[in-house]
Amino acid sequence: MIERLIQPVSTFAGDIDQLFFGIHMVVGFWFFLVQGMFFYLLFRYRYREGVPTTYVTGKEKHLKKWINIPHILIILCDVGVIFFAVQTWYNVKQNLPEADATIRIVSQQWAWSFVHPGEDGELGTDDDIKTVDELHVQEGMTYHFQLESRDVLHSFSVPVFRLKQDAVPGRVITGWFEPMHTGVYDIQCAEMCGIGHGIMGARIHIESAEDHAAWIASKKGT
Amino acid sequence: MHGKPIANTRSATGIPTAKLAVYWLIGSEIVIFGGVLISYLMHRLGHPEWAYDAAHTQTWIGAINTFILLTSSLFAVQAHHFAEKKEGATAARWLYLTALGGGMFLCLKAYEWYGEISHGYTITAAPFWSFYYTAAGIHASHVIAGMIIMLFVAQTAKKNEELHRVENVGLYWHFVDLVWIFLFPLLYIAK
Amino acid sequence: MSEPASTHHAHGHGAHDDHHHEENFFLKYFWSTDHKVIGMQYLLTGMFMALFGGFFPYVFRMQLAFPGISVPFYGVVSPTEYNALVTNHGTVMIFWVAMPVLIAAFGNYLIPLMIGADDMVFPRLNRLSYQVFAVSVVVIIASFLVPQGGFGGAWTAYPPLSANPDYNLTPWGSTLWLVAVALEFIAFLIGGINFITTAMNSRAPGMRWSDVPMVVWMICIASILFMASVGPLMAGAVMLAFDQNLGTHFFDPKAGGDPILWQHLFWFFGHPEVYVVLLPATGIVAEVITTFSRKKLFGYKTILYTAIGTGVLSFFVWAHHQFIAGIDPRMANVFTVTTVLISIPIAEMMFLFIATLYGGSIRFKTPMLWALSFIALFMIGGVTGIPLGASGSDIYLHDSYYVIAHFHYTFFPIAIIGSFTALTYWFPKMFGRMMNETLGQVHFWITAIAVNGIFIPLFVLGAAGQHRRIYNYNHFAQLSTPDLQALRILATVSLVILLLAQFLFLFNFFYSMFFGEKASKNPWKGCTLEWTTESPPGHGNWPADQLPTVYRGPYEYGVEGRDEDYWPQNVPN
Repeated sequence: MIERLIQPVSTFAGDIDQLFFGIHMVVGFWFFLVQGMFFYLLFRYRYREGVPTTYVTGKEKHLKKWINIPHILIILCDVGVIFFAVQTWYNVKQNLPEADATIRIVSQQWAWSFVHPGEDGELGTDDDIKTVDELHVQEGMTYHFQLESRDVLHSFSVPVFRLKQDAVPGRVITGWFEPMHTGVYDIQCAEMCGIGHGIMGARIHIESAEDHAAWIASKKGT
Repeated sequence: MHGKPIANTRSATGIPTAKLAVYWLIGSEIVIFGGVLISYLMHRLGHPEWAYDAAHTQTWIGAINTFILLTSSLFAVQAHHFAEKKEGATAARWLYLTALGGGMFLCLKAYEWYGEISHGYTITAAPFWSFYYTAAGIHASHVIAGMIIMLFVAQTAKKNEELHRVENVGLYWHFVDLVWIFLFPLLYIAK
Repeated sequence: MSEPASTHHAHGHGAHDDHHHEENFFLKYFWSTDHKVIGMQYLLTGMFMALFGGFFPYVFRMQLAFPGISVPFYGVVSPTEYNALVTNHGTVMIFWVAMPVLIAAFGNYLIPLMIGADDMVFPRLNRLSYQVFAVSVVVIIASFLVPQGGFGGAWTAYPPLSANPDYNLTPWGSTLWLVAVALEFIAFLIGGINFITTAMNSRAPGMRWSDVPMVVWMICIASILFMASVGPLMAGAVMLAFDQNLGTHFFDPKAGGDPILWQHLFWFFGHPEVYVVLLPATGIVAEVITTFSRKKLFGYKTILYTAIGTGVLSFFVWAHHQFIAGIDPRMANVFTVTTVLISIPIAEMMFLFIATLYGGSIRFKTPMLWALSFIALFMIGGVTGIPLGASGSDIYLHDSYYVIAHFHYTFFPIAIIGSFTALTYWFPKMFGRMMNETLGQVHFWITAIAVNGIFIPLFVLGAAGQHRRIYNYNHFAQLSTPDLQALRILATVSLVILLLAQFLFLFNFFYSMFFGEKASKNPWKGCTLEWTTESPPGHGNWPADQLPTVYRGPYEYGVEGRDEDYWPQNVPN
């Protein structure tokens, strides 16, 4: 469902979209079933002159089964939801695949600075490329990011990646992503960070290998 | 003022109404102090370096204060004992003594804090001191509240009225005392 | 002293207990210890605050639909003001509308009447509770009028933003906001102790636990939940106030503090708080659906167990608000399990409400329409909680408009529909007159349809990646498309319609209060005790020698072999 609204661009975006879709199918089924039952009962037992009500307490076995059976089925559905949710979570947040490159993301009121490894592919060397509000990555590469904050809480969110991670001052939080398609997309701050929160956006430029190399070369010596 | 509502005179659970309310009050206070203490403990365990600051607390003052509070709790028990025997005036005298214990506790606390602050260990000096003053400060405000309530209760108890309140304020006082029993080792003894 | 105020109870309606002050307006309405007057005070204050908190979304939704325009009756919205408006919309609606109306107003009004008592056990404590609450109202309103304006750090007030004026730029607003919230907590702690003690000890002779009306149970369970969860946040509020004003560093990582600690303290309270307001609303719905379908509640005890189960579970789900906040990712798995599991007791409760309709004789009067719309709409809120509680999909949905749509589909049914259910149902008892049925139904249909027009677009916007608390989406290329903007305008237009419809209600409310058709003692033919006294009840609720005795449960409708289809609790046989 989400992919029709916004393109999936990271390797795990499809998993999250599928999980979202799957959960909505399960809960949607129950939702429409229960609403259907609800409106049926409203219609069936509307007030009619001279029709008495049935006195039941809720202890009758033949009636209780209408509650108990769906109840057990819902527990089974819950187990399924938990299983797939945890699996997706594990792949996105807990299990970091080997990185091809590492970038550093520093958030502050109200801007993003990005430190890219330069030509040597290593962070923390002289040829690091620093940019503001503009992140350049290469498609098909696995990136680790180190997320920091200089002042308050921020949250690094790339909707096309389906990725979001809060930045906490005093901590360095590591995560990963692997972009799939080239293009330029939004980065948003997703945690209230003060007056400029509404303008704290940045752009992520996903480039092919050649374009990315050209960009790195163009930054050389700056 | 008018008399009590009939609602107040009923006791469907068998527990006197006022006592029941005191239990609920204590319950809600336990979570407040629980919040402070758990926050403190989580930090303390994560920051061994706080021991440096903690070493500057004056254990012997804390110990004397513990003794004073425990003694005053004993006085509160005495007050309850006489209230049960409907000797309101005697109960009131024990309540005054209990409140006096609270007063001594506060005086000693003021002396202690004065010394620490003049040595530069203010509430902003280090996270340990922030917790030290906040936790003990919230506790001290409960001591003050308890003393004030106790003086009011003593006024009515003297006239042999509302003697059940003696027990209730005593329950509250024991609770305040108990909180200190937790605070003392956490703030003073754990160096 | 032990002699009850029996001699006073013979007075007529609304007579004050003290002869000398009988005509004194101030003492009667502002210094009263009568639970009904205090309930009304809470109700009217809550309704006033609802207008206040309801005006905010009008302003900020106008800004979102038509960025940069001068909003009629407000003006141009600056980013600072936008933040203050969204922050305080949340704060006011939860703490100054949902809680005072659902818990304090109806708790005060209904508990003594429904358990057959003449008042709360501690009437003066009750008055104190309202007075503290009234001060908190003044403080929260004042927080807008101070230099630099109101607090804009979101209702969750995450530090370091909320703790340091250098970051939030509202030194006065943030402190006053915190003080107001803390005062409100104190008011509800005092009130809650009173509610629980009253319900436990002052039940009418013969009233067993299982004879207590569901709404009384729910308000008491909610009060206990509140009491058990708010303590750590009270402590946290003291710490945050010290951080703001004394320069301590409890939540400042630069000096050894930890901002995540606040999140734990806040959400340990914040999640049970959802159930604190939900449970009274479900209690109200239980009363109304039984009366208007002429049916006994299906599984009284099971409903009670689901409420208690939900309450207990709600203490173990708080970190689902913090999945991506930098907590240990392994913790997320634990909280996913607990969060998804909490759907079970709540789903069960909804099933039981729906099952209550089985075999009934359903009359679609205004209160019943509200109660039924609660069930229908709350279910949308319920099922959309699952993708948020499931950690994997929450990575994407967290802090998006999907969250906003989800919790408004829970909070709108709870706070607004729950309040309307109760108001329209107990209005005859409270004011002795009937509300206009036609106006009531028109108001119902406009509100119940418009609310979907607001929040269904927000689900779509959230799924499209739109984040919360951003005052102008034109700054984001992917979000400033005409399609998404059309959805924003649709939501805003629906909101304006919804808000305008509330004037219908206000007119109906105040007009009926004075000119409505006179109500009998028991206009809905209910079984519970409040319907056995006058409408409105006099001081002391019943004449002192006629306080009711209870012989059976609260929902004996349609018992076979009786002439009437209802069997009031106080009738011997």
